[in-house]
Amino acid sequence: MPSDYASGFAPWEDADATPLISFDGVTKRFGGFTAIDNIDLQIYPKEFFALLGPSGCGKTTLMRMLGGFEDVTEGRITIDGLNMAGIPANKRAVNMMFQSYALFPHLSVADNIAFGLKRSDMPKSEIQGRVDEMLRLVQLQKFAKRKPHQISGGQRQRVALARALAKAPKLLLLDEPLGALDKKLRQETQFELMDIQEKTGTTFVIVTHDQEEAMTVASRIAVMDNGLLKQVDTPDRVYESPNSVYVADFIGDVNIITGTASEVLENTQLIWAEGATPITGMTGSRVVQGEPASFVIRPEKVSISKDEPQAANKVEGKVIDIAYLGNMSTYHVALANGVIVKSQTANNRRIARRDITWEDPVWLSWTDTAGLVLRD
Amino acid sequence: MRRLLISIPYLWLLILFLVPFGIVLKIALSDVALSIPPYTPQLDLSEGWTGFRTFWAELDLENFWFLTEDDLYWKAYLSSLKIALIATFLTLLVGFPIAYGMANAPDHWRPTLMLLIILPFWTSFLIRVYAWIGILSNEGFLNQFLIWTGIIAEPAKILNTDIAVYIGIVYTYLPFMVLPIYATLEKLDGTLLEAAEDLGCTRIQAFWSVTAPLSKPGIIAGCFLVFIPALGEFVIPSLLGGSDTLMIGKVLWEEFFSNRDWPVASAVAVILLLILVVPIILFQRNEQKQREAEQ
Amino acid sequence: MRRMTSFNVVSLTMGFAFLYIPMLILVIYSFNASKLVTVWGGFSTKWYGELLQNEAFLDAAWVTIKVGLISSTIATILGTMAAFVLVRSGRFFGRTLFSGMIYAPLVMPEVITGLSLLLLFISIGLPRGVTTIVLAHATFSMCYVSVVVSSRMASFDRSLEEAAYDLGCTGWDAFKSVTLPIIAPAVISGWLLAFTLSLDDLVIASFTAGPASTTLPIKIFSSVRLGVSPEINALSTIIIAIVTVGVITASITSKRAIVKKQREEQMADT
Repeated sequence: MPSDYASGFAPWEDADATPLISFDGVTKRFGGFTAIDNIDLQIYPKEFFALLGPSGCGKTTLMRMLGGFEDVTEGRITIDGLNMAGIPANKRAVNMMFQSYALFPHLSVADNIAFGLKRSDMPKSEIQGRVDEMLRLVQLQKFAKRKPHQISGGQRQRVALARALAKAPKLLLLDEPLGALDKKLRQETQFELMDIQEKTGTTFVIVTHDQEEAMTVASRIAVMDNGLLKQVDTPDRVYESPNSVYVADFIGDVNIITGTASEVLENTQLIWAEGATPITGMTGSRVVQGEPASFVIRPEKVSISKDEPQAANKVEGKVIDIAYLGNMSTYHVALANGVIVKSQTANNRRIARRDITWEDPVWLSWTDTAGLVLRD
Repeated sequence: MRRLLISIPYLWLLILFLVPFGIVLKIALSDVALSIPPYTPQLDLSEGWTGFRTFWAELDLENFWFLTEDDLYWKAYLSSLKIALIATFLTLLVGFPIAYGMANAPDHWRPTLMLLIILPFWTSFLIRVYAWIGILSNEGFLNQFLIWTGIIAEPAKILNTDIAVYIGIVYTYLPFMVLPIYATLEKLDGTLLEAAEDLGCTRIQAFWSVTAPLSKPGIIAGCFLVFIPALGEFVIPSLLGGSDTLMIGKVLWEEFFSNRDWPVASAVAVILLLILVVPIILFQRNEQKQREAEQ
Repeated sequence: MRRMTSFNVVSLTMGFAFLYIPMLILVIYSFNASKLVTVWGGFSTKWYGELLQNEAFLDAAWVTIKVGLISSTIATILGTMAAFVLVRSGRFFGRTLFSGMIYAPLVMPEVITGLSLLLLFISIGLPRGVTTIVLAHATFSMCYVSVVVSSRMASFDRSLEEAAYDLGCTGWDAFKSVTLPIIAPAVISGWLLAFTLSLDDLVIASFTAGPASTTLPIKIFSSVRLGVSPEINALSTIIIAIVTVGVITASITSKRAIVKKQREEQMADT
């Protein structure tokens, strides 16, 4: 969980807090195509806000509207109380870190960082000091004189960050900032990014398609699809209590069992197969009695055993596949009606000791609060 | 700002490229006058609409009829087509093995080979054509060499024949043939040939069933790049060709500079352009298809 | 898998022999003492001496260089603008006509371009001379420049310009301090191409030149029509030497730069 959330940083829950950014009924159309569909959204100072969604969902367009690279078709965007309509990119107190980094290949690292400062009202004498400060922040003092092609991918990423932060913008936009890095470096850099965000106190808005990245860095995540905001929430809530099957499916791995909601109280019973005991899960948003609904549960919340367990929900099935990932294994279990449910367990025993194998009849079980019943 | 950026090159090309064509077309439709400038109706803008109407009324296709009556022009067009076609084919015969050799050469040689192909392109065209005069003339190096080896006893007449024109075209346009073919051959995945051989082809069969069809786009592009300029060529036929070598570029030049018959020269130009339209469109299509295939 | 068979070796050797022997003969015989151009009469540099005394050639050379420098500079400016329009301007009224006018001169026979320009100059009453040759050369070279520059522009990362705006640049500032330095190599090669085309052009210059403004190719053509002359051999040798040195230097420098960059990139990643 993000430390700032745990430490009580939650301005979005405070009715008196003033948002830094506010989208009011914002729509963006490209010809006949609606990229952003009537969005309302508030982002607060010092937030690390992630826009998450598949490619083409509108997240990049939303960010580019903040940066001033796309204008708004309908609605209004305000930053720090100022209506942004008609204000071009070069007049906004917003800076952007581009997906390709967009480092100027003909300028040195230091000149790249100084580029924006030279075009601001900062006195010439102070520019050098600011550049040095930024180089220190991203630990690239030794590389000041190098050209972008003379440094590694990870270093380039840091130069791009330093350049975008040099003018101390109110808002920093990051377009897939870690997309070009390999997995290991990406994980290290995520923490660096959070560290720098905290140190500078800048509001960050990051665009990413990588849900793990969003979960790691963000104070809140907006899950987008087809130009709509599906859910805007903290990472734990997006994961634990998704408001739709789409969000549940998009974030992490999930089992989805469809059926009909039968008893909608604090928990909901889902009739999923004829003659089978209904499944119980927590009642999610907008579930209506007698209407179709889906039960969603994370594989790690499903236990697997050879003997019949004592549990609130249990189903019988046969192991058809085992994916061994080293630290954990995922069992694919086919139920009697053909539905496949995945169960994930940590491999805290050596492989020879585990007794479940292909074709074994097994029991899957979970508690009443482990899963969620959502409207389709 | 954007409007200015568009309008400057746009106006330039309109005035110096499109308008001149209009003038050529207009003069092609005019009558010869004996005075200079040697054509009559001129659009007199001071007369306004009436002037424009008289201008239209005076236009006729006489010069085009003239072209069809005098068989010199027919022959020149046909002969240009023939020479350009044969020369293109010969260039392909010479160029393909070079491109193929380059594509098969070791990696570290290729930049040098590439440079050697491009270098003549930067050297003066005129000089490259001129170089062959001394080689092909009756007492030239080729005849000296052939007599020395005993192949022929008497010097053969090569300069001022169509053969010299073919040699000239092959020589000067060779880079245009080699480069596109080399580009497609270079991209060719070598494992395809291995797969073909693995499936039972001999090397020669693999060449004909894999390399040749896959290099087709390059061959087509190369052929057009040679054929189109060769069709309107002037320098080569006038320096290497004989007085009986008919090429339309040369006819146009002579019509203009020697006979001073501007309307006929313009009509020749218009028809040459019409003949070129077909290969140019075909070439464009081929390029577009390739671009689409690459995407 | 690459296979350098004997067939490849033979075809490359023959091919390059075909390309280079004629020029080699030209160079060798420019040092021939005999006036008979196909009979070797001993080594001599006298034709170079005579060439340098030939006022007509020197004048023509000067006109040619002047025309080349001015026309290629105009062509580079216009061609770069046209490349921007082609790649960046999206749709505008008459776009198809515009791109047609850019590509047409590339395939247009020179006789037609020359003829049509001459007729234009006559009908607007512009006296033929250096100005008309410059206008003609700038027009057809700008199309070559715009093709060279627009192919570079097409692979240009737009986010570089957006980054410049984002950091406070105005349009012109972004062009001057980001776009231009990055596309500069293409602009320079466009200029060189335009310059070479101008120096090399005979046909269009013949149509558009006046009696007092003969260019070198026109001069060479009129003397070559009368047959081979040792002076022209000497002149050709000089031109070949300049081009060869120029092209080889350029390719070595650019190759060195590429190798250096690759090495630095490799070092940066380790």
